[in-house]
Amino acid sequence: MKFGIVTFPGSNCDYDAYHAVVDALGEEATYLWHKDHDLQGADIVVLPGGFSYGDYLRAGAIARFSPIMREVVAHAERGGPVVAICNGFQIACEAGLLPGTLLRNQELKFSCQTVRLRVEQTDTPFTSAYQTGQVIRIPIAHGEGRYTADAAVLERLEGNGLVVFRYVDAGGEVTPAANPNGSALNIGGIVSERGNVLGMMPHPERAVDTLLGSADGLPLFESIVARVGA
Amino acid sequence: MSHYRMSRYRVAVHIVPRRGLLDPQGKAVSDALHTLGFAGVRDVRVGRHLIVETDADTPDAADRLVRSMCERLLANPVTEDFEIATVSPA
Repeated sequence: MKFGIVTFPGSNCDYDAYHAVVDALGEEATYLWHKDHDLQGADIVVLPGGFSYGDYLRAGAIARFSPIMREVVAHAERGGPVVAICNGFQIACEAGLLPGTLLRNQELKFSCQTVRLRVEQTDTPFTSAYQTGQVIRIPIAHGEGRYTADAAVLERLEGNGLVVFRYVDAGGEVTPAANPNGSALNIGGIVSERGNVLGMMPHPERAVDTLLGSADGLPLFESIVARVGA
Repeated sequence: MSHYRMSRYRVAVHIVPRRGLLDPQGKAVSDALHTLGFAGVRDVRVGRHLIVETDADTPDAADRLVRSMCERLLANPVTEDFEIATVSPA
């Protein structure tokens, strides 16, 4: 199984994603340069974190016009899995792969910490190796992570079970204090209507080794392998 | 044979966070203004001001072009409003 990790100018989590896939997961990965026009046979596309195009205009706004994004959108339309992390989530929203947008954190601070997420859905290609309601520890590192969408979109996300991760406290409760950026409904991650595109602000690729604080992100990658490899 | 030449226009556009959406930057600026004694300040929203120079047939056409640019790239339709401030010969 092959992961294609897109490198935009300004991406800085592409190596972490590569490490997670190749070293922790034991699968194949290749970097896809933003000017490439094909996915080199990748089964899964990762849009990694970083500051693509310096976050100019809006985070993700320019990256969505990179040549590779045309292929990524086509891949998603074919039902291919896409994991969009942090800046990747912002790019996926700008590209219309996911609804809503990510705005500046409510407290105006770049937020860099390990947060708790509650797994809300396990019948997705990204979360089948977790338990519903399981609380996992995953780091965040972003200045613009406040998930925002209009009321109709939020209702659809909730109604259709598309909210996959929510920021919670140690007891697994959704509280304002556990919300690190002011996201609507404490949303930390969502999937597309078809379920094949995951967008999340936290960094599962930085949580694949207990030596570095948490390995709670590894099951996310294992879930993909289980689903796509099946 | 004559060649029709387009004119060049300078289009100024304001892009601001939509009213009603929390704009933490605007709120921080508003709080600072209150601290400075500008007690009458009721709302501040921080956005972007872009000046686009573009070739177009007419001022109206330049306006329409920049509107299209706002809809497709310059503004986020989910959270931002834009308004064309001025269209002038460049």
